[in-house]
Amino acid sequence: MLSGGDILIRSLQEENVDHVFGYPGGAVLHIYDALFRQNKVKHVLVRHEQAATHMADGYARSTGLPGVVLVTSGPGATNAVTGIATAYMDSIPMVVISGQVQSHLIGTDSFQETDMVGISRPIVKHSFLVKKAEDIPMIIKKAFYIATTGRPGPVVVDIPKDITNPTDLVEYEYPSDVAIRSYSPAGKGHTGQIKKAISMLLNAERPMIYAGGGVIQGNGSELLVTLCRKVGFPVTNTLMGLGAFPATDSQFLGMLGMHGTYEANMAMHHCDLILAVGARFDDRVTNTVSKFCPNAKIIHVDIDPASIAKNVDVDVPIVGPVVSVLSEMNALLEANWVNRTDDQEKLLAEWWSQIEGWRKQDCLAVERDEHDTQIKPQEAVQAVYRATNGTSYVTTDVGQHQMFAALYYPFDEPRKWINSGGLGTMGFGLPAAMGVQMAFPEEVVTCITGEGSIQMNIQELSTCSQYGLPVKVINLNNRSLGMVKQWQDMQYDGRHSHSYMDSLPDFVALVESYGHIGFKVDRLDELEDVLAEVYSEKLKNRLVFVDIQTDPEVHVYPMHVAPNGSMRDMWLKKGVRT
Amino acid sequence: MRRIISVLIENEAGALSRVIGLFAQRNYNIESLTVAPTEDETLSRLTLTTEASDKQVEQITKQLNKLIEVVKLVDLTDGEHIERELMLIKLKAAGAQRAEIKRTADIFRGQIVDVTNATYTIQLTGTTEKLDAFLRSMADSTIMEVVRSGVSGLSRGEKILAL
Ligand SMILES: Cc1ncc(C[n+]2csc(CCOP(=O)(O)OP(=O)(O)O)c2C)c(N)n1
Ligand SMILES: [Mg+2]
Repeated sequence: MLSGGDILIRSLQEENVDHVFGYPGGAVLHIYDALFRQNKVKHVLVRHEQAATHMADGYARSTGLPGVVLVTSGPGATNAVTGIATAYMDSIPMVVISGQVQSHLIGTDSFQETDMVGISRPIVKHSFLVKKAEDIPMIIKKAFYIATTGRPGPVVVDIPKDITNPTDLVEYEYPSDVAIRSYSPAGKGHTGQIKKAISMLLNAERPMIYAGGGVIQGNGSELLVTLCRKVGFPVTNTLMGLGAFPATDSQFLGMLGMHGTYEANMAMHHCDLILAVGARFDDRVTNTVSKFCPNAKIIHVDIDPASIAKNVDVDVPIVGPVVSVLSEMNALLEANWVNRTDDQEKLLAEWWSQIEGWRKQDCLAVERDEHDTQIKPQEAVQAVYRATNGTSYVTTDVGQHQMFAALYYPFDEPRKWINSGGLGTMGFGLPAAMGVQMAFPEEVVTCITGEGSIQMNIQELSTCSQYGLPVKVINLNNRSLGMVKQWQDMQYDGRHSHSYMDSLPDFVALVESYGHIGFKVDRLDELEDVLAEVYSEKLKNRLVFVDIQTDPEVHVYPMHVAPNGSMRDMWLKKGVRT
Repeated sequence: MRRIISVLIENEAGALSRVIGLFAQRNYNIESLTVAPTEDETLSRLTLTTEASDKQVEQITKQLNKLIEVVKLVDLTDGEHIERELMLIKLKAAGAQRAEIKRTADIFRGQIVDVTNATYTIQLTGTTEKLDAFLRSMADSTIMEVVRSGVSGLSRGEKILAL
């Protein structure tokens, strides 16, 4: 016989949960007491519940395991909402346990009561309100099952305080299996459709492979690489898919979309076949949907049927897990690729030479006037890439710095690039990096941020001191909400309405006050040396914050022309468009 | 096009709010909605009508299917089906009007289910169009109150929506 609080913790242990990110409060006191009386599940005390969700998220994105969060009712639960929405938009497995007021007080506007199931409904994959302690094991089992299978996502478990009461003891047994009659994630793709796709690949003249975050989430990167190598087609990744295909590979054209490379967007626009894998034709990718890739037939592989034909009509839909679909495709390609004719290979070579022409545009070249000594944000990212040999985990916040990181730090492996692509949550970067560092204490974890975003969760520097998390924070400090300012430059005649970051703190002094190490860099010729020290063996175990003063006038390019532009309509630099 | 979507959902607290929330969240419209438990007490059957293009209805059914508590669903308007709606209507009925109203109700196979010396309450079942037609045949000034159940429906023939 156990109390509900103990049952909850035992259930988490059964799910092999090693970290819970949370913050205590009245409604979860029984649960915190149960946590105190065990030592298998490690609790990480954050400074704000939003950070708990982003830490769990970073943990989940880097490991592939579900992230677990524990918050109290009312403000604890509402503070977690942004992080739940962030995870939902990017299909990240997460289980959020929220305390609730006592059952008999629900609906009476009692102290710290909020309808968490209601508030979170549109941003969760599913949610549970626990009615009795006996139900906890099955609900936890279901929560983890739902969060991690099919298209992953966050699940909320709301537990009224009386359910975890230490004096009410009930039988405990953890279920070994779970089955939900109304939930059966796709097991494999339709073989007929897969065969159809193979014959289209065989006959394509100007093909493109467009792979997104689903490949990473579904652990399909290796299979994707095998497929791409076999067919020799050009490959592009979405912002969420970076690392799914090695970015330094010659078949890789870079990221596509609003801030995609010239060659990736041009190749998409002119291709005659798209193999889309684990991508969702987001509006930040397609630009104007009616003008999207006018000559392309589309094969769309996705685990979520609702993602298929949602934004763009598809010729061959394949619903299934990437691993199973790509394995099947690879087997068929292995057997059938010998049937490719010389003519077809010649056409592919012509396609590649057209692409090489686009590559010559060198759209990511960094511009610099002779007498300009300011650090360009792109150069800062390139310097970080060199200092880390391209092997760091990199999280970002949201803004120009995020796009510079995506474009100038090529990722060769999946799960190393961690950013809030779908919701675009400023404040994500630092706590997400902390979650990654928790999961991989020996690895180098870098948070590339901006002076605006970092201040949205900067209180977590304290958590970093408490747990000794040696995250390396690279602050691309342009003294402005750069991305907002860029849009104002381009669309509002440069009227910078509230995009100026005034009264910035002395970041070095601030991080030092938390016991960390800070550097301020404003000259390009210092950057290399400072970064060498930041990533040196000597500072391996220290959080280091590098406040890099960057040129505030730089825009992110390429950038899609909007509204009414197609994939090929881009600004290539200030005032210069395709 | 008008669609009738019939959904079996788990008979659990919160399941209905997820369905309704989905429509609000994704900007789909609901014209009518009716829900009640079925012969299997673990299931509720929900019928809703919506105005949607083929593409929209494909998204609606896919998104509904993604809800964990949705067990099964069918777009009844995909095939031959029977649809019925119940309407109760309270009318001013005095003097010469009484006979006229009674005659019209008979033509529509309505039943008078409550009578006072100044009112009739009529019960009518049928398709939405039939109920609309009856309402049009009553002078506006006589209609005191109308309540409609929303559409329920089944596929014709052998086809069923069940576990
Ligand atoms: C929570 C939140 N609020 C507002 C925005 C809108 N927004 C997008 S980018 C941006 C500016 C970010 O500034 P900074 O972190 O300094 O990055 P920079 O663009 O300067 O590199 C803002 C305000 C957002 N994405 N998230
Ligand atoms: Mg900035």
